[in-house]
Amino acid sequence: MYFGVWIALLVGTVLTYEVAKIDLGAYNSAVALIIATTKALLVALFFMHLKGASEKLLKLVVISTVFFLFLLMALAMADYGTRHWS
Amino acid sequence: MSVQTSVHQDLHGPELLHHFADPQQQRNAVSLGMWIFLATEVMFFGGLFCAYLIYRGWFFGDFAAASKSINAALGGTNTAVLICSSLTVVLAIWAAQTSRRMLLIAMLVLTMIFGLAFLGIKGIEYRDKFEEHHVPGASFSFDHEPIPGHPGQYANPQHAQIFFALYFIMTGLHALHMIVGLGLFTWLLVMAWKGRFTPAYHTPLEIGGLYWHFVDIVWIYLFPLLYLIDRHP
Repeated sequence: MYFGVWIALLVGTVLTYEVAKIDLGAYNSAVALIIATTKALLVALFFMHLKGASEKLLKLVVISTVFFLFLLMALAMADYGTRHWS
Repeated sequence: MSVQTSVHQDLHGPELLHHFADPQQQRNAVSLGMWIFLATEVMFFGGLFCAYLIYRGWFFGDFAAASKSINAALGGTNTAVLICSSLTVVLAIWAAQTSRRMLLIAMLVLTMIFGLAFLGIKGIEYRDKFEEHHVPGASFSFDHEPIPGHPGQYANPQHAQIFFALYFIMTGLHALHMIVGLGLFTWLLVMAWKGRFTPAYHTPLEIGGLYWHFVDIVWIYLFPLLYLIDRHP
């Protein structure tokens, strides 16, 4: 299983490198972030053994980490994205 | 009750410290502590990613031009190197769980070789940036660099300098984490050499592994965001 995840991560790396050369307009960033997030999930679930973790407290910590990161990004973007800088 | 007490005393070592009821509780507590530390690390890097996103939104063309000047093949190679090192880390833990001491040592050494290779390649990249005067500061120069997709337009050097400042701070902080990781793995290697890890007790390996994988995840995001903004031919 570890080798399968490893192959998938390498394929993802080649994929993100090659896709960046194709002009998809605004979708380039979206595709790059989707591939990166998929790879990060593979590492977290299988290499860091989050999949199958039974402790609820651990899940709470991981979910709140993602939540606070989202909060940081979303509120900052909501501010800078809606101001009209001259 | 007396049976439980004697079991407790028998196990008294690093695998069961005095203040834990049983080894499982100790493992859960240690792992939870590490994940809380990683949560603070996520917020630490998160602030930098947030700054990057804001400036990238404002100066997209300048960021794309500056990003194109970095060697993406080296960055891609480094991504593969880190992914391989993450594989050797999980194999090292598996080796400890199945009492294969020599395999454990070999995997830890391999992990450190991959880590050093990453830093070496990073060093080549930094050297290129120094030679091209792309390091923010008094000798910074980024004149007449075309903005990708906009013929005849050139990047604003001041805005490109912000990209390079973020590039050096983010990859530099990441490299610092790699150096700390190499220190941790040196210690793990010494412990493994002394035969301290058994199928029943190898928590330091798992904790060190969590750290190493986290640093890998940071790089997984840094690579497309810094190297691949606009690579259309």
